[in-house]
Amino acid sequence: MNEKSVLEMRGIFKSFPGVRALQNVDFTLCEGEIHALMGENGAGKSTLIKVLTGVYEKDEGHIFLKGMDKEAVIRSPQDAQKLGISTVYQEITLCPNLTVAENMYIGRGKGFMQNWRKMNANADKILQSLDIPAKSTQQLSSCSIAIQQMVAIARAVDMDCKVLILDEPTSSLDEQEVEKLFGLMRDLKAKGVGIIFVTHFLDQVYEVCDKITVLRDGKLVGQYEIENLPRVQLVAKMLGKELDDMADIRSDSDTYVEKDGSAPVFEAQGLQSNAGIKPFDFYIKKGEVNGFTGLLGSGRSECVRAIFGADRVIGGTVKKNGKQVKISKPIDAMKNGIAYLPEDRKVDGIIGDLSVRDNIVLALQVLQGFFKPFSKAKMYEFADEYIKLLEIKTASADTPIKSLSGGNQQKVILARWLLMHPEYLILDEPTRGIDIGTKIEIQKLVLKLASEGMSVTFISSETDEMLRTCSRLVVMRDRKVVGELSGDDLTQNKIMSTIAGGEEHE
Amino acid sequence: MSDTKKKAGAAGLFTKLMRNQIFIPLAALLLLVIVNLIAGPSFFKITLGANNAGNMILSGYPITILDFGSELAILALGMTLVTAASGGQDISVGAAMAIAGSVILRVLCGNAGSHPETMQAPIIVAFLAGCVVAMLFGAFNGILVAYFKIQPMVATLILYTAGRSIAAWINNNELPIIKEPEFGYFGGFIPGIPIPTPIFIAAACMIVMALVLKFTTLGLYTQSVGINEKSARLNGLNPTFIKFLSFVILGLCVAVAGFIKVSRLSTINYSVIAKDIEMDAILAVALGGNALSGGKFSMVASILGAYVIQFLTQTLYRFKVSSDALPAYKAVVVIILVVASAPTVREKVSSMWKSRKVHAKEVG
Amino acid sequence: MKKRIMGLALGVITAAAFGMTVNADELIKVGIINNDPNESGYRTANVKDLEQAFSEENGFEAQTFYSLDNGEQIDAAKKFIQDGVDYLLLSAAETTGWDSVLQDAQTEGIDVILFDRTIDADESLYVASVVSDMAQEGQTAVDWLAGQGLDEYNIIHIQGVMGSAAQVGRTGALDEKVAAEDTWNIVTQQTAEWNAEKAQQIVQSVIDSGEEFNVIYAENDDMAKGAVAALDAKGISHGVGKDVIVMGFDCNKWALEELLAGNWNYDGQCNPFQSEYLLDIINKLEAGEELEEKTIIMDEKGFDAETITEEDVETYGIGGGDTAEAETEVETTAAE
Repeated sequence: MNEKSVLEMRGIFKSFPGVRALQNVDFTLCEGEIHALMGENGAGKSTLIKVLTGVYEKDEGHIFLKGMDKEAVIRSPQDAQKLGISTVYQEITLCPNLTVAENMYIGRGKGFMQNWRKMNANADKILQSLDIPAKSTQQLSSCSIAIQQMVAIARAVDMDCKVLILDEPTSSLDEQEVEKLFGLMRDLKAKGVGIIFVTHFLDQVYEVCDKITVLRDGKLVGQYEIENLPRVQLVAKMLGKELDDMADIRSDSDTYVEKDGSAPVFEAQGLQSNAGIKPFDFYIKKGEVNGFTGLLGSGRSECVRAIFGADRVIGGTVKKNGKQVKISKPIDAMKNGIAYLPEDRKVDGIIGDLSVRDNIVLALQVLQGFFKPFSKAKMYEFADEYIKLLEIKTASADTPIKSLSGGNQQKVILARWLLMHPEYLILDEPTRGIDIGTKIEIQKLVLKLASEGMSVTFISSETDEMLRTCSRLVVMRDRKVVGELSGDDLTQNKIMSTIAGGEEHE
Repeated sequence: MSDTKKKAGAAGLFTKLMRNQIFIPLAALLLLVIVNLIAGPSFFKITLGANNAGNMILSGYPITILDFGSELAILALGMTLVTAASGGQDISVGAAMAIAGSVILRVLCGNAGSHPETMQAPIIVAFLAGCVVAMLFGAFNGILVAYFKIQPMVATLILYTAGRSIAAWINNNELPIIKEPEFGYFGGFIPGIPIPTPIFIAAACMIVMALVLKFTTLGLYTQSVGINEKSARLNGLNPTFIKFLSFVILGLCVAVAGFIKVSRLSTINYSVIAKDIEMDAILAVALGGNALSGGKFSMVASILGAYVIQFLTQTLYRFKVSSDALPAYKAVVVIILVVASAPTVREKVSSMWKSRKVHAKEVG
Repeated sequence: MKKRIMGLALGVITAAAFGMTVNADELIKVGIINNDPNESGYRTANVKDLEQAFSEENGFEAQTFYSLDNGEQIDAAKKFIQDGVDYLLLSAAETTGWDSVLQDAQTEGIDVILFDRTIDADESLYVASVVSDMAQEGQTAVDWLAGQGLDEYNIIHIQGVMGSAAQVGRTGALDEKVAAEDTWNIVTQQTAEWNAEKAQQIVQSVIDSGEEFNVIYAENDDMAKGAVAALDAKGISHGVGKDVIVMGFDCNKWALEELLAGNWNYDGQCNPFQSEYLLDIINKLEAGEELEEKTIIMDEKGFDAETITEEDVETYGIGGGDTAEAETEVETTAAE
């Protein structure tokens, strides 16, 4: 074992039924470094991490940790924790019905007895030192997803770890929060902690990481010093091919612009739901792609949920092609040709135990009606068509969706709504937590659909994604629509200033 | 070389089978058959003979099991749906059966006292009345669970506690007896047909359920709601209604099962009729490898589970296990079966099998 | 019916006696704890009998509690003691667990009278008990069966809920006899838990196995009925002069009718009309008399299908017939 390394993984193999998730993968992490683990969905990042943290047992291979003569035996998350390996997962794995402090200390007590006061005090201290705006006694579910994520990190940080794994920790954080996290990561790095950072945000990798290990299709591509690997090359290595220029994707899809003058397909006035957003007006034209932007928690999801009837609508009117329609629940929206891909894939999107096929067919089936089930053959036809169209990586149409990687799950949900052939497709963070290749595929698809006449609302935390795809952006701040940008105003700076509160005018 | 391949193929098939939900109930059934065959090959003997009403009828262990397992199998149909949709179980089915049976008898007795010489209403009218009442009680449970979001076991505890008293109240605490033999046909034999009627009724229920699952989207909807209610809603489903519906369907199953029960002896005993059948019905669902927390289900596995339980009961009678020890034996067997059908155990066993296979390959 | 009338009459007399000595609004307070009337026809008759006897016009203020759950019964007893009843009449669901609550009653000066079922507690804790001697019931039945003079007895023994007094008593006599006689064999001995349909399955199972049997000894009428259903389905004859002897207990009216029709052979009585005995005890205690015996065993009969009369069915049959019918009978009897 190398002098400076805290963790060495050698020749790791792991298989699942029908999938070889890891084949002969090596990974080395040194003291005081931030090491990016990169790869497309299904490349094996999550599996490697789960092997390291004891969630999965490896089929073959060796793991060495600093300060141990022998191979480390990690059979359970508890083992990993004891060995100083802490993890913050992509999806929040805390208990929403416990308090913040309980979540930070759960499973760590020496016995059954807990000194609650001391525990709460300690938790508050840590939260303060990390500038996390949460109270120790607050119930976790009452915090926003971002705060919950940060609590998870706080928990890991407090565990005095040698190896800290951050699996997509930033996907639900806004920029300020990301900055805060990076500050924290640098602190820990200075203290000699080895950090494994899994993310899809290239910018973030180059901002904070020292080294990059790239995986592809369950195999190791290589380990690189950050300065020796320019972005384009990184992407190329991840995809296994040279990437088209990302800016290209818009070039073939300017067809919808001329429709600017036409009347809106959907139009809403004073729409308001019980999710706490201010009444807002809204319209979208045929073949238009628009977007909602704003900081996390600004209410952009709530707006589209109100349009779809996902939250209880408590005021306002919706018109379709100038005629008023009543949308009070999702099925009403679906009947009017509206489809909605929700933000939280795990909670609102997938039906985990059901097959890919059932997940794809579900929405159309519901629309079709209770007494008109599709035949098995028809379902397979639909499923196979979209698996092929969207290049969904799955063993078969019968595979449960939960065993797919995040990006492929997202594609299945996308397939579900595309199968419905909606007039208006709402995509709320469709690219969150999925690999870069898929992100671009989705963006291209959005533009293609729009050029075919579909209206699309596209929401993303990544502004440049929105800029690439949307022709009009609704800007939100504090649960209120504060502006609308289109044409030449669609620049990063303009968006920032609108979000921040229009200082530019002064 | 080809031999190893063959072996691996067979092993693959086995692993596949192991993963299938109906493997455990099937294996249990097979085991019971083997045990019974070892104890005496007369087990499968089916004989044709006249009963005291002069009809030629078939009898023998297999017939007995199918006959007496009918009510349980019918209940398992509804219980599977309720479990899948609501992630909980209805523990009031036994009491609800008493109510349904009581209503049927009440209608048949009319105003002619509790021991009428002739039935005061057509059987079909009485049966339909029983169905309506049982479905109303099912709806009551459904409302508590679906609209008021009460835990199913807690919600149905109400009817579980009060049901038998309600049943007794319906008949004014009398114990009605129907003297006309026609009423007994449904729990016994129809003249000229040598197979017990409950078997036909159960088969009819299964066919109806199969048709419903084939020609409606009930299965997909129920599973979607059971697995992820929020997501199901965003796909345009109404989870509340689907849960409610599952309880109403169970109510119908209860009515049919209750009808068979009261018909068997043409009378009712409120406190013991269908006693503990709710536990057997839940067990049937569990034995079928269905998650009691809801979600995916296999109707076939539940039905098999129901017959496994009846088979087990009959086997214990056959082996004359002493009365005191009977529940203990049953408990042990049930624990083994339920543990064996737990998904984690199945995973483990199939992975063990696989690793053995790999090992064999290496050695080869 | 005669007995019931007698009981009623007795009640009226006692009431009249108290009416003379005691102020009308000073009723005797009794707390009655019994099993759930839905348990069986026997219990329904028993509950009805007591409710009728301890009515207001008879000079009683009765509180009642019915449950099959021992714990609930104990709670109810505590409440009755708090309410300050004069007498606590108790038919316990289970034989154990009653010591402390009965001690409470004793300290409060409340007389406890057990009826129908005994309990495992010190005799000093209650003043009297009115019971069926279940063992005697069993013995009477077994003696009757022995009197049938069969060459060989192959018995299907269907038991009640294990551990209940009726089961223990009725099983005991038979077990003893089987152990003593070579010609007596048990084909199977299973509990059907008072459940007719389970009894049907048990007998069906024996029939399926092809084993020979000629006696069905069921510990209550319901189970005998279930057993007979299984016999009927297989075409096995039963009853007077037929292949299989059918025995039941409890003397439900419908069961006695089966005897009368010759379909069954024997039914053992378990007397539910206990109020006359209870009234008698309370009467004596109120008058300050000593009780001759602590344990009063009720008269109980066994009916043979060959000798039973329609009058017996009317007199001893419990349940059946609706109330209107019963009332007419009372009138006719009274007219006599």
